[in-house]
Amino acid sequence: MQYMLQIYSNDATGVFESLSEEQQSAVMGEYFAISEAPGVSGGAQLQAPETATTVRVQDGQTLTTDGPFPETKEALGGFYLLDADDLDAAIELAGRIPAARMGGAIEVRPVVAR
Amino acid sequence: MLAALIGFLGDFDLAEESAQEAFAVAAERWPRDGLPTSPAAWLIATARNRAIDRIRRERTLAAKTKLLEVEEAVRESPPETGFRDERLELVFTCCHPSLSIEAQVALTLRTLGGLSTEEIARAFLVPEATMAQRLVRAKRKIRDAAIPFRIPPDHLLPDRLGAVLAVVYLIFNAGYDGRGELAEEAIRLGVALAELMPDEPEAVGLLALMLLHDSRRGARLRDGELVLLADQDRGLWNHAQIEAGRAALDRAVRLRGAGPYVLQAAIAAQHALAETDWKHIAALYAELLRVAPSPVIELNRAVALAEAEGLDAGLAAIERLDLESYLYLHAAHADLLRRLGRWAEACAAYQRALELVESEPERRFLERRLAEVQSATR
Repeated sequence: MQYMLQIYSNDATGVFESLSEEQQSAVMGEYFAISEAPGVSGGAQLQAPETATTVRVQDGQTLTTDGPFPETKEALGGFYLLDADDLDAAIELAGRIPAARMGGAIEVRPVVAR
Repeated sequence: MLAALIGFLGDFDLAEESAQEAFAVAAERWPRDGLPTSPAAWLIATARNRAIDRIRRERTLAAKTKLLEVEEAVRESPPETGFRDERLELVFTCCHPSLSIEAQVALTLRTLGGLSTEEIARAFLVPEATMAQRLVRAKRKIRDAAIPFRIPPDHLLPDRLGAVLAVVYLIFNAGYDGRGELAEEAIRLGVALAELMPDEPEAVGLLALMLLHDSRRGARLRDGELVLLADQDRGLWNHAQIEAGRAALDRAVRLRGAGPYVLQAAIAAQHALAETDWKHIAALYAELLRVAPSPVIELNRAVALAEAEGLDAGLAAIERLDLESYLYLHAAHADLLRRLGRWAEACAAYQRALELVESEPERRFLERRLAEVQSATR
């Protein structure tokens, strides 16, 4: 079973920014270690939500807008792809992602098998 | 038995066929060799072994290797142990925290308790269609998100216990209101949980609570008519079960248990005494309200207050409650009004209770009381 672990970080809490440089690099090290963990087959960190562009097609016309700027402070900041035996294994790894304990949340979604 | 097999095999058809085979074997052997110590466990173990043989015969080994490995492990263990653990695996799957609490409870009642979707819907006061959809969604999530079928590892067990206990108690209550086999089912689950988690006072407390309540089941009805606790023939109580309940309660208290199930078991133990100490019971309810606030508990405390401190104190407490669609609020309210001789108000309360009542013995009981009150007004 493959899962996408979507990392919603909450910048408003300022937890990461309040850390010393040393602590920040330790957290980044944790992210790196998770990307190397058994079963993790991919992942990426995303640029800030302000850099997003939303595209829609209506009546053959491409409409491009700046954003979105979600109401909530939580924004998708990155993701991992994980191959695991079951949901418990995915939950366990999700619990190790630093954002989860720093005011953010991890959304675990099974990937449709093709 | 079927629930255990389904839980274990994950296949309705296979479970039914192997259960039939097991009964056939029993019909041949039991008259000859005598009854096994635990007939139900024997039947399940036999059915399980038949199913394993069947899988071996009918499926390619490669596809089933994993299942067979598990089954080999279970087969090694004595039947009684295997019997309990399969059901616990199912309970813990159904009570996985990634499912909503409502879905957890519904799913366990459906797959393990054997309740119909309609019965579960009634228990939760939601339309049947809503409940059906809830069950479908939960089963789909178990499949699509690969929620595991197993007893959680030790470090996850305490977290998952709360929902499991709530589910087991709900099954018990469904059984207490008529389907006795469900109460026995719930007690069996409770025994297994208490053994699996011997250091968890709430698991032991729940078992004590169920044993103590269930011990009075035989005295609760006389010729199909409801008999109130105070009027029950104590000779009909199951005294061995009361002792077992007390022993479990003592064990939970020694484990320093003071959670909702332990407190409720302590109240039930008080009710099983020859002389009911209502002051103590009211105090236990007050403590219960502190750890698990709920209007239903407040109602129970109000009833205890009426006995401990007088009808007016109880009545005042009941009239503060917001439980308009709860049968027992109106039944308790009516009872206090009747005892205070406030006939017209008692009449109205009995009539409201009768609009809500579902069990026939309870309906007839309320009708008798209503008739008494009506004749008193004339």
